[in-house]
Amino acid sequence: MSAPINPEDIYEKAEVPSGRLAMWWFLSSEVCVFGGLLAVFVMLRLKNPIWEESAAKTLTVIGTINTLLLLTSSLFIVLAHHYAEKAMKDIKFKEHASYYLGLAIFLGFCFLGFKSFEYYNELSHGVTPLTNLFWSFYFFITGLHGFHVLIGIFINLWVWKDVKQGVNLQRVEIAGLYWHFVDVVWIFVFPLFYVA
Amino acid sequence: MGHAKPNFWNTYVFSIDHKMIAKQYLITGLLMAAMGGFFAYVFRMQLAFPGEAVPFFGVVEPGSYNSLITLHGSIMIFWVGMPLLLGGFGNYLIPLMIGADDMAFPKLNAMSYWTYLASIVVLIISFIVPDGPASGGWTFYPPLSANPDYTGVGAGINLWIIAVALEFFSVLMGGVNYLTTVCNMRVKGLSFMRLPMMIWMQLIAAILFMFSVGPLLAGSIMMLLDRTAGTSFFLPAGGGDPLLFQHLFWFFGHPEVYVLLLPALGVVMEVLPVHARKPLFGYKLLLWAFVAAGALSFVVWAHHQFISGMDPRMVMPFAALTLIISVPFAVCMFALIATLFKGNISLTTPMLFTLGMVAEFLIGGITGVIVGASAGDIYYHDTYYIIAHFHYTMVPITIFAMLSGVYHWYPKMWGRMYNETLGKLHFWLSAISFNFIFIPLFQVGQMGHHRRIPDPTEYEFLVSTMPYHKIATYALIVLLLAQFLFIFNFFWSMFKGKKVESNNPWQATTLEWQCPSPPVAHGNFVEIPTVHRGPYEYSTPERTEDFYPQWEKS
Repeated sequence: MSAPINPEDIYEKAEVPSGRLAMWWFLSSEVCVFGGLLAVFVMLRLKNPIWEESAAKTLTVIGTINTLLLLTSSLFIVLAHHYAEKAMKDIKFKEHASYYLGLAIFLGFCFLGFKSFEYYNELSHGVTPLTNLFWSFYFFITGLHGFHVLIGIFINLWVWKDVKQGVNLQRVEIAGLYWHFVDVVWIFVFPLFYVA
Repeated sequence: MGHAKPNFWNTYVFSIDHKMIAKQYLITGLLMAAMGGFFAYVFRMQLAFPGEAVPFFGVVEPGSYNSLITLHGSIMIFWVGMPLLLGGFGNYLIPLMIGADDMAFPKLNAMSYWTYLASIVVLIISFIVPDGPASGGWTFYPPLSANPDYTGVGAGINLWIIAVALEFFSVLMGGVNYLTTVCNMRVKGLSFMRLPMMIWMQLIAAILFMFSVGPLLAGSIMMLLDRTAGTSFFLPAGGGDPLLFQHLFWFFGHPEVYVLLLPALGVVMEVLPVHARKPLFGYKLLLWAFVAAGALSFVVWAHHQFISGMDPRMVMPFAALTLIISVPFAVCMFALIATLFKGNISLTTPMLFTLGMVAEFLIGGITGVIVGASAGDIYYHDTYYIIAHFHYTMVPITIFAMLSGVYHWYPKMWGRMYNETLGKLHFWLSAISFNFIFIPLFQVGQMGHHRRIPDPTEYEFLVSTMPYHKIATYALIVLLLAQFLFIFNFFWSMFKGKKVESNNPWQATTLEWQCPSPPVAHGNFVEIPTVHRGPYEYSTPERTEDFYPQWEKS
């Protein structure tokens, strides 16, 4: 292996750092997963007005609480990113970054807790994914979203470990992008399943 | 792994060097091609000699016939086409052509290969589970596929779905890596408009794949839930919609054709200028034609569903869009022919395969116009005419272009030259036998043979197709036997072929020909290049040599 290369000396200037760019490309394909799925749901919902009866039974209060939880956690991720940037210049800010990242992770767990209660409540009332097509979609889409939240929590925990030691601070932003995406998906899921 | 001491395991097996990963993709993909080819041999024998025991296989039951065609189709597209054209050529050429020392994320790259390998393991397990392997056709339409009772196949189909999903994840990881690498690791002077077309094609293919596969990934999970958990997303009995799956499938399935086609045309557009000593005609024109084709490929999917009960008002727009999408490819064909015009053409093996690809693909394209219009499609749908049509597109793409690339970059990959005589023999045998397989099948299709009928003699009106089926089967055997020439040439030349003296045996202009043959492990270039001009400067008047490499200072 030859002497270490400094990328800036040999490559054209990169507009966006590789990690962030890769996350954006990845998210663009994630958008198509949820976009396609939600579009399908909307079309079927319009075709089947009778689904309204089932949709009325979703727990709007818990959905609203969960919306607030996720939005707030997104705010904390933004703050964590803000302090992580500062910590790159002055390491004492890493405490702040780690504090807000921890809060975001905590709210993520709260979201999953409420979501689990919701599932429990539905299943104990005899509503299952097999009840009808609306509930199949409900369980599948919110389940897939919940799975993404879980993955987001794992990513955040993994980044958190580094932030506490003050290394790899740029990863807060990349993990944050993913977390915001999960949040945005919920912004579409919430009105479609809980409000409409 | 640049720091660890090189040993057998980290050099050949758990390598994170893009060149080794590309070779792993290449060899695994070729092995899968052998598997897919064998399946084709078995069911073609059944069609030509119905009911007789097939040598090396045995009697083909109708159930196993369904499995054979399903596996042949899915293997050739998902486990041969994508790994070879994207995994193999993408991994090998992207860093070399842009002057990078490796991919942006070498470990992600290795993970992509290992996910691909895992998907093969799952696929092979699906062959041996009770009730046999997947048998729903590669398109996998519900309701037949969505309920195990309908096909009698249980775990085989579930595992097949999981295997396909794993392979999709593998390509997704690769796609993110390719896009990031090309955006951020181009060597100084290599602006986007100086990129070799191969790189552009890999980029557009990666974007098409990433934007189209999502809904099908979701759809395949829904299918799995229908099969295992008892939901009815696609089962009309429970209120589901089987047509929905067709939409999800073809929304992916049509762009997928271009995911394969564009890298194949990338090979063609690299090989043509080098072996014709002419600049590629209309670089920007071609580029925008492919961008347009890529965009249009998202809005033509329903032409696969003309007879599946869609709203007749939707047939017209989809037929019109389908005919419009042939315009960019006509542009491409003319540009390729214009590249050859008054060129100094040398008919080397890679050039022969490239010219073969262009000529055969043209037939595939023109026969596609007939079925792109809904009136023609209603008659030809699901007949052998369709089989012949899409093999005239897919075989030139995945086999001819792929082989052209393997021969063209062979000296760079292995530092030795392949045997030219064997290569030419390989081309002529393959090209002639290929036409003898599928020209008769156009006729079989016109005579009304439906693609899922395993025994034509069971229907009186199909008995007269038998001579054509026999010709096609004999030709297939010739085609398969001819590939042994390639296998021998590939492995023999690797060790005994003539050593390549120069870094640039073809006198080509793109960056991969500046680095040593084979390139340095972990690092590629001895002298890091800078780029001073576009990729296809051949026969420039101001120079005595007929090529002007990208890396040479003016």
